Amino acid sequence: MAEHATTWAISNSWLTLALPLAAFLVNGLLLGRRAPRAAAAFAVLANLAAAVVAVLVARDYFAPAQPAPLLAWSCPWLELPHFAGGLTLSLGCWLDPLSVMMLVLITVISTLVHLYAAGYLRGDPGFGRFFALLPFFAFAMTGLVIAPDLIQLYIFWELVGLASYVLIGFWYTKPSAVEASKKAFVITRFADAFFLIGIALVATVLGTVQFAAVNAPAAGAALAQPVAFGGHSFSLLALAAVLLFAGGWGKSALFPLHVWLPDAMEGPTPVSSIIHSATMVVAGVFLTARLFPLFAAAGSALFLAETLGAFTALLAALMACVQTDIKRVLAYSTLSQLGFMMFALGVADPAAPAGYTAALFHVFTHAFFKCMLFLCAGLLIHAAHTHDLRGMGGLRRKLPLTHAATLVGCLALAGLWPLSGFFSKDAILAAAWTSGKPWIFAVGLATSVLTAFYMARLYLLAFAGASRAGGRDAHAHEDPLMALPVAVLAVPSAAAGWCAEKFFTHHLLPPGATAGHAAHAAWVPWVALGAALAGLLFAAFRYGRGFVPGAPRHPAVRVAYNRFYVDELWLVFAHWFMFTLVAAPAKWFDSVIIDGTLDTSAWLLQKCGALQRAWQNGHVQRYLAAMLAGLLALYLLGVLLP
Amino acid sequence: MIPTTLTPGAFALSLTWGLPALTILVLALLPESRARLIRGVSLASALLNLALVAGLIAAWPAHRPPAGAEVPLAFAARLPWFSQPNISYFVGVDGLSLLMMLLAAIIAVCGVLVSWRIETRAKEFFIFMQVLLAGVFGCFISFDLFTFFLFNEVTLIPTYLLIGVFGSGRKEYCAMKLNLMLFAGSALVLVGLLGLYFASGLHTFDLFALAQVRFPADFQHWAFPALFLGFGVLGALFPFHTWSPDGHSSAPTAISMFLAGVHMKLGGYGCLRVAMFLLPEGAREWMNVFLVLSTINILYGAFVAVKQTDLKYINAYSSVSHCGLVLFGYAALNFLGLRGAVLQMFSHGLLTALIFAVIGMLYGRTHTRQLGELGGLMTRLPFIGVAFTLAALAGLGLPGLSGFVAELNVFLGAFAQTPLLNKVCTVLAILSIVVTAVYLLRTINKVLHGPPQEKDAGLKDADLAERAAILILLAGVILMGVWPRAITWLVDDALQPIVEQLAR
Repeated sequence: MAEHATTWAISNSWLTLALPLAAFLVNGLLLGRRAPRAAAAFAVLANLAAAVVAVLVARDYFAPAQPAPLLAWSCPWLELPHFAGGLTLSLGCWLDPLSVMMLVLITVISTLVHLYAAGYLRGDPGFGRFFALLPFFAFAMTGLVIAPDLIQLYIFWELVGLASYVLIGFWYTKPSAVEASKKAFVITRFADAFFLIGIALVATVLGTVQFAAVNAPAAGAALAQPVAFGGHSFSLLALAAVLLFAGGWGKSALFPLHVWLPDAMEGPTPVSSIIHSATMVVAGVFLTARLFPLFAAAGSALFLAETLGAFTALLAALMACVQTDIKRVLAYSTLSQLGFMMFALGVADPAAPAGYTAALFHVFTHAFFKCMLFLCAGLLIHAAHTHDLRGMGGLRRKLPLTHAATLVGCLALAGLWPLSGFFSKDAILAAAWTSGKPWIFAVGLATSVLTAFYMARLYLLAFAGASRAGGRDAHAHEDPLMALPVAVLAVPSAAAGWCAEKFFTHHLLPPGATAGHAAHAAWVPWVALGAALAGLLFAAFRYGRGFVPGAPRHPAVRVAYNRFYVDELWLVFAHWFMFTLVAAPAKWFDSVIIDGTLDTSAWLLQKCGALQRAWQNGHVQRYLAAMLAGLLALYLLGVLLP
Repeated sequence: MIPTTLTPGAFALSLTWGLPALTILVLALLPESRARLIRGVSLASALLNLALVAGLIAAWPAHRPPAGAEVPLAFAARLPWFSQPNISYFVGVDGLSLLMMLLAAIIAVCGVLVSWRIETRAKEFFIFMQVLLAGVFGCFISFDLFTFFLFNEVTLIPTYLLIGVFGSGRKEYCAMKLNLMLFAGSALVLVGLLGLYFASGLHTFDLFALAQVRFPADFQHWAFPALFLGFGVLGALFPFHTWSPDGHSSAPTAISMFLAGVHMKLGGYGCLRVAMFLLPEGAREWMNVFLVLSTINILYGAFVAVKQTDLKYINAYSSVSHCGLVLFGYAALNFLGLRGAVLQMFSHGLLTALIFAVIGMLYGRTHTRQLGELGGLMTRLPFIGVAFTLAALAGLGLPGLSGFVAELNVFLGAFAQTPLLNKVCTVLAILSIVVTAVYLLRTINKVLHGPPQEKDAGLKDADLAERAAILILLAGVILMGVWPRAITWLVDDALQPIVEQLAR
């Protein structure tokens, strides 16, 4: 482990956080309304500066051969005296290979998306507001990845959730966007509540929330201490790991919490692009990687990551094969790829960390091509004035750059050599095979076929054949502001695989693991390539000759098209539970039982008063009558009783 | 030794309720027709009071008594009042009272600002408001339980009139309900206070003298629930909370702000300052009961809020839920729980005042508070809309805003208690943040988002006074969220003696 020279970039790494924050504040308070174009320029420049700082940080951080984690800066935020012996919560910047890699990824992608959005949203009444909110997204995600402890992670975790809420619902006059933003926030919040319980549990047992301490073997041992309860004793470790993992479950949209992600398409395309590549959804994968040593010690969370990841990968790929909305196809492909990353983490263990490395490698390559694919989708939507693939077609000539970029992106996502996706996906499949879990490998392979199929389908429907836009695409053109980021992203989408593979296998290892040479089954890449080719060929066979899917007819297709009815189940269940099962009886109890009791007792008091009032009404005749009645009663009493 | 004369410090403290009292006199002498002047005087008085409280906070570090002092108060003075039952005018402040006074002073200023358009019976309105203020400030500086109780009762009378005369909806019913329930709570408190007076054998109402006494267990057994329940009614403890939605919803805007923002806090303050501080054994004995009740508070308030359709009722039930978190923090019986509870009082005070202010502004423009009739207002009223959104986000515990800091302390404090019941209740309380998100986002979405409505076309966004009120409250919410140490340094010192007492 080599010491780091405190270079300018490392000691000023807080700038990566401060610059987007400044853009958010300045644009939100000053520029956004008055000078939207200046706001956009400022946001792009601030993000660009942050990206430059991040790249410099990476250069300096990886200068030593074996860089050690370091706390670049930190300031106390809140003391918690008398809690587990006194705990100080700080906000800081924790640099290790994982966070530095993410830092570069986020700032670079964010800069390009900002640039693209300046073209995409030109003329939108909310233009200035957009360039306040988008930097906030970058700010929140940056704070998340550089967090040195669980509390800071949670803080920015929630801010990422907020950013996606306001950006998905950016067009707030559109009811579907508003509904989608609420869905995204509430579902991820549901998962976050468990995450918070997990943090409370870990903080209480360990007395610390620092990742360095939480990931240490001693922490796992302390959590594994049997706790006596009702005559039984059990270990909290598995429970704590599952609770912490729950946060990632929601953010990375694993089944059955995936339903918010496809609806998040309601936001402007640049937002979809950034959500699906470098922010929000990768937060869950990041969390799992961040807490990997603890999760590995527990087993439970990684088992969940593995099974849920594989299941989600396959399910989402099936759904993607039949969608006709271009953004939805991409959204389901993201779900599927997140599943890949998650099961890769799940099959890893500290002794054989190939899955861990592969997952992060896939985060890296996927970010570039998925970001680019969404940006291309935005260009296509602008050109054809529709989201529906059935209304596109024949756009190859009109949008040459978009066509080339989409082709690169589709083939990269399909996993075709030598594009970036091939390398990372191959690494994941190899890790799944060598971990001795053939079922996971088989699911991954099957998903690869489907992935190649639906990406080729997307490409062919959008670009091949004759135009089906009916003249809507007459003015199709490529805005230079939008084309530039696409062109830039095409380079890493194509080349990030073979360039960065060595870097990942060398540096991105879970804490404590050493870069051993994993036994790599030599046949896996060929099989993976074969799977991709099979999918591509099948799509070419089906869609290459101008076939356009109609409304889904076959029952199986219809079920997949309707997302296996998971959304409806959710909606019915959540609505029924929240409103009918709990809230309605609570309201009834409040107004009938509690207020009823109160009102009845007040009524009784009044009636008692009214009864008494009759004796005090000032009528002498009544007093006299009462007196006589009383006397009579006494007399009778005297007579009747001996 | 505590001075028995009115020292400058004690005089300054007394001014916090003296100023409103003086303002009452001035307002009484002004003619009814000079509404502008009446408003101006009220605003000046509120601003002066805010400056005074800010000055007291600034001076506090220098006058703070050493740790472990028998009377941990700054600016303390004890003036004999009635020698026979041994009542004194015993004033002083610690960080806790200062924080509560700051809250009251901030909301007083904002309350006057949002009442800027009141024209009918403005004179009475502002006079009653000053009475309410005087009572609240008197409460927070009094450490003689009799005077404390007296000031507490002073707040109830104007409340009745302010709701009954200036309110809306079923105002007479609601005013009566609020007052009857709060007086019932007061009666319980009085029983408890008299019990303390006699059972101590000291025949004193001096809080710190009583704190030296170890009350017998069987006394604590009945006196603690009397006091805690008595104050708990004012703190909206389930099932004695229904006065608050009705009362707060029918009150005029400024009064809703003040009642939910400050007045309710007297309940939480009394629970901590009197019941838990003086009767620690009773607290330990009864805490499981109150733990369960306050957990119900949190979840029940949130779920009932989900079903409400009137904006004020939504916020009022949200208050029930959030005030439940105060009592829930107490039930942890440890430092973090108590601190979280105090932070939650401050945070909720600001937030609920902000939300009631915003609802008042929306109602003043659209003349409806029904969710079904509102929509698309973000387009028409962006300033109010953003303020509403931020308030809702703070309410659902978003980090960076005040609610999260309080919740974090409460949850960690509560979770640190080992018994399984505490853990289960904490898990349930944490899960409530999902329900909170549901009803707050639902409200925001229905009111602000969606297509703008034709009928709202001519609406004007917040005017200067309204903007000032919103910005002041938001500043507090954001400051506490971003830099919580700005608030906790005041609180931590004051909680130390209470925590020590609880460990006794």
